[in-house]
Amino acid sequence: MSASTAPLLAVEGLTKSFGGVHAVRNVSFALTAGEILALIGPNGAGKTTCFNMLNGQITPDAGHIRLEGREITGLAPREVWRRGVGRTFQITATFPTMTVRENVQVVLVSHEGQIFNPWCSTPTFALAEADRLLELVGMGGFAERPCGELAYGDLKRLELAVALANRPKLLLMDEPTAGMAPRERIELMRLTARIAREQKIGVLFTEHDMDVVFEHADRVIVLNRGMLIAEGTPAEVRHDPQVRAIYLGEGLVYDARHREDSAT
Amino acid sequence: MSFYVVQFLSGLASAASLFLVASGLSIIFGVTRIVNFAHGAFYMVGAYLAYTLTEQLAGTFGFWAGIVLAALAVAAIGVVVEMVLLRRIYRSPELFQLLATFGLTLMVEDLVVLIWGPDDLLGRRAPGMRGAIDIFGQNLPTYDVFLIVLGPLVLGLLWLLFRRTRWGILVRAATQDRDTVAALGVNQKWLFTSVFALGVFLAALGGALQIPRDAVNHTMDLRIIVDVFVVVVIGGLGSITGAFVAAVLVSELNAFGILVFPKISIVLIFLVMAVVLVVRPWGLFGKPEAPARQMPGLTVRPWRPLSVNERLAFLVLLIAAAALPLFAGNYVLTIGAEIAIFAIFAASLHFMMAVGGLASFGHAAYFGLGSYGVAMLAKFAGLPMVACLLLGPLMGLIGAVVFGWFCVRLSGVYFAMLTLAFAQIVWSIAFQWVEVTGGDNGMLGIWPDAWVATPATFYWLSLTVAALAVGGLRWLTFSPFGYALRAMRDSPLRSESVGIDGKRVQWAAFVVAGTVAALAGAMFVYLKGSVFPDNAGIALSVDALVMVLLGGVETVSGALVGAIVYKALAIWLVSYTELSKLVLGAIIVVMVVAFPKGLVGMWEVLQARYWPGATASGKARRAEVAE
Ligand SMILES: Nc1ncnc2c1ncn2[C@@H]1O[C@H](COP(=O)(O)OP(=O)(O)OP(=O)(O)O)[C@@H](O)[C@H]1O
Ligand SMILES: [Mg+2]
Repeated sequence: MSASTAPLLAVEGLTKSFGGVHAVRNVSFALTAGEILALIGPNGAGKTTCFNMLNGQITPDAGHIRLEGREITGLAPREVWRRGVGRTFQITATFPTMTVRENVQVVLVSHEGQIFNPWCSTPTFALAEADRLLELVGMGGFAERPCGELAYGDLKRLELAVALANRPKLLLMDEPTAGMAPRERIELMRLTARIAREQKIGVLFTEHDMDVVFEHADRVIVLNRGMLIAEGTPAEVRHDPQVRAIYLGEGLVYDARHREDSAT
Repeated sequence: MSFYVVQFLSGLASAASLFLVASGLSIIFGVTRIVNFAHGAFYMVGAYLAYTLTEQLAGTFGFWAGIVLAALAVAAIGVVVEMVLLRRIYRSPELFQLLATFGLTLMVEDLVVLIWGPDDLLGRRAPGMRGAIDIFGQNLPTYDVFLIVLGPLVLGLLWLLFRRTRWGILVRAATQDRDTVAALGVNQKWLFTSVFALGVFLAALGGALQIPRDAVNHTMDLRIIVDVFVVVVIGGLGSITGAFVAAVLVSELNAFGILVFPKISIVLIFLVMAVVLVVRPWGLFGKPEAPARQMPGLTVRPWRPLSVNERLAFLVLLIAAAALPLFAGNYVLTIGAEIAIFAIFAASLHFMMAVGGLASFGHAAYFGLGSYGVAMLAKFAGLPMVACLLLGPLMGLIGAVVFGWFCVRLSGVYFAMLTLAFAQIVWSIAFQWVEVTGGDNGMLGIWPDAWVATPATFYWLSLTVAALAVGGLRWLTFSPFGYALRAMRDSPLRSESVGIDGKRVQWAAFVVAGTVAALAGAMFVYLKGSVFPDNAGIALSVDALVMVLLGGVETVSGALVGAIVYKALAIWLVSYTELSKLVLGAIIVVMVVAFPKGLVGMWEVLQARYWPGATASGKARRAEVAE
């Protein structure tokens, strides 16, 4: 496959076990630019492990990960990031002792390759770009706040700004809306979807809130006990008997969940 | 051949005590996550008490009863320490736990001298074990045979304790996951206390059992703690088997290293430790640790570059300081120069520790390397002062490049232990390599050039160098490099996933800090006219830590304030009391427990509360409120 026709992200036979636990088994899927793909599955299905392999946090036991046709398997997270992959974490990872704006500025400095340049002052670096990113995720008014004081939902939005700072081609979002109020969730995902479509960024995200999944995903893949058990459009996946069996009692039924959320 | 066999066996005998102490440290760490720096002190008190008791109690039974009673008594002291001190700091950042237990060590050092006097005490030989057995014509003391058997015996007993008793199983569960144990309804407080008591008992027993082999003195705590740190770094913190294997390894390396490099056998151990760290950073039998608690982690107020007014204020203060020679005498000026030099030293550690979250317990290594660098250039190459001051610190730089490469592979307590071990290696080389360094007698007669030979001119030189060094480090703090360093401290996960090569950044910070510390060491030589192994000693490393802590770990300028206050206090203390370590140790303990933010930190808190307009973030907040 030549680079021009290769999908943005191609995953083939990805496998990882921890001791005796087969966290991820032989998972393959692909993602094209501008596409929003949801990875769903019950707790412990191996979603985070998948993400960790995709961004280089852990090395897979077997399998290949290709970004635009080029192998990125086994690269360190910072190298994967340099190739245009942004990531948010299930439990937010930010720099609590810096201001919100500085959180973004550090990433911009790193993106511009200026870390070892002593003649540059971080607090005044790329102010406009940092504020543009914060504005984009609706955090413009918080720029001077200490990041350590933010509410959890705001941290999630800051993480999105941080993940967008290197103008990524691929965005990996592990439960981007966990811990947020229902209305905020919908807003954040709408925002993400808009940015992804505008800038042709491919998005892979996991989510337990099926509202979010079914409203925004172009396609859904389902992981259970480390294995890929279903793949298709939201509608197809929702009616898949195997998927329904797994999620029985977990509120996969769209309408019920929807009502519950809007009630709160 | 038989010589080597006996050498091997006596190595095994030395391993017994080392294993006891190291396993105690490991057990305590496993459950409480505290690296008990005071472990060496408990070992030493065990030895002193055993000395007294075995002198008092007669006969074979008296001897053994004395040993066991000593260990039990120290364990009781340990219980008190745990309940009074440690319970208050279980949730503190690691640095504070290390410092508090270190403060305790300092206090104990003065206390034992107060009680038992400064001289070496020769203990009783073990009754019935005064002889030696014959091994192919070589003599091996019977007591050594006893120790060789004792080591594996204790290992077996500990194994049984942790596998076969309810208490042991609870401890193992707590080691794996503290919350589950809390959920089981176990009284966690008493579990911690009993674990600490067992660990201290083992340390004290190790000390008590040494008395027939070695003289008891008031420096044995630091000697053993460094060996123990090396053992747990090699064996893996938290693993008892690891402690045993590594204790044997280290003791054998000592026993045979003496034959190969009689002067610097410690280098051999260093090499082994280095290899282990590269291959298995968490030790031979250890498990990889979850990332350490964030450091410093007490507040979230972001740092700001100085405002124009604040800069002016600093300038005024600097000019005021420069005017000191107009009205102060030579003694005050010499003290002023010393304070300026220590401000450089403290600022260098602050850069690593507060900005980078890398709490080094052996920062004096680089100070010492800088000192010896200058001394050698001046003595052997006869270079003039300016050349020495510029080239001497390169030795600190080289040391920091080499040691730093290993150290930044580790974090948290492992980092602290390894930095301490490296500093002790530097100290030992300075102490043992008499031909070059003059050993304990030091190198004398290194005086500044004529143009800075008066106290006033040397004071001005020190002040200038200090202003440049402190200003330069502050500059770096707000450069992208400083931010990347803080990013690594705040969240290694996030840093690595935004393209920051964390280890490289930390290594660079280590080298910067080491070089600046070496510069301070270089200046110090010209202040004193001499250099001694103590320029790389533990006491100096601790001084630096206390200065940073006193000023405030979480502040940008804490090191400066801490250095000035602490140094002035220390000079005053030494002239007023014999027990400076006792007072100093007590100050450290009180500070960690009661004022962890330090002077500047407390000032900032007060400022933010009563005068919010003064700080930039305060202004921002008011602006937001106004919107
Ligand atoms: N570092 C690790 N060591 C051992 N086991 C692990 C590790 N990381 C994950 N696992 C195990 O692998 C399995 C998959 O975990 P993973 O975190 O990928 O699930 P997940 O789908 O993200 O779950 P959740 O929805 O709860 O976030 C789980 O059984 C987990 O216990
Ligand atoms: Mg997960």
